[in-house]
Amino acid sequence: MKVAIITFPGSNCDYDCWHAVRLVGGEPIYVDHRATDLGRVDAVILPGGFSYGDYLRAGAIASRAPIMRAVRAFAAEGGPVLGICNGFQILCEAGFLPGALVRNRGLKFRSRWVHLRIESADPPFFRAYRPGQVVRWPIAHGEGCYVAPPEELARLEAEGRVVLRYCDPTGRRTAASNPNGSLHDIAGIRNERGNVVGMMPHPERAVETLLGSVEGLGVFASLSEATDTTMASAGGSHG
Amino acid sequence: MEFRAEIRILPRPELLDPQGKAVEGALHGLGFHAVRAVHVGRLLVVEFAAPSFEAARAEVDAMCRQLLANPVIENYVVVLEPLAQPVEG
Repeated sequence: MKVAIITFPGSNCDYDCWHAVRLVGGEPIYVDHRATDLGRVDAVILPGGFSYGDYLRAGAIASRAPIMRAVRAFAAEGGPVLGICNGFQILCEAGFLPGALVRNRGLKFRSRWVHLRIESADPPFFRAYRPGQVVRWPIAHGEGCYVAPPEELARLEAEGRVVLRYCDPTGRRTAASNPNGSLHDIAGIRNERGNVVGMMPHPERAVETLLGSVEGLGVFASLSEATDTTMASAGGSHG
Repeated sequence: MEFRAEIRILPRPELLDPQGKAVEGALHGLGFHAVRAVHVGRLLVVEFAAPSFEAARAEVDAMCRQLLANPVIENYVVVLEPLAQPVEG
């Protein structure tokens, strides 16, 4: 599995993603935001950070970077695209995913561990989990409050496109378990086709015991399995 | 012709505006009890050239739609004016 990790000025979780991809046997490459071509890759990760200093709106300027045209074409062909934290904000700003991420309710930057309920067990990112499974991953964001118009929220729910929700350790959704005010406790969503996923929490920072949790590794293992299957069905032509 | 556009951007009223609420609370704390609401937004000033006022209006609207404002969370108002032309000679 070859994974393009897009680096913007101000990306800061790019090496964490690199490491996570390596841990599952993948081959990560960095692709600069000014590039116009992804090359031959099996997946794209938009990492966390503060691209362009969060100027204008978080993710707004990065979403218009030259490389995003290539990412859009890759996603349109069904290629797996994962946006984490700032990457999720970029995916919303670019219109790959509906809604927006705004200032946390309570205004505080939240950097801590949270519990999340995985609402999907679908490829390419969640095959390693079972629906309803509770995992512990970190968050670190000031603008992670997910909002969308009521009709858009209803559509996301009806189509089962909410993939992650904030919850307590037992999987219950409470006011206290929502760290940022996100509507419907949403921590991650996917597009209609399921190949584009955005999430505020950081699975790449929960991939080793040393980091405090290994419960994020499944995202990368799932991706590896999904892309290997694709490669097998395509006769391994991805090289 | 040269134009100057002021783009006033505010959070959509139906959304929670935590910044506005925080400033409102601080004003109340200072004794400004008459304050009923505060909204925190953004002001952008763009200077640019366009062949006519109508073209300038269309251009700045396109800028807002494509980058400057996010319609999911923000409303915007544009105040457009021609810049004074430099006097020749």
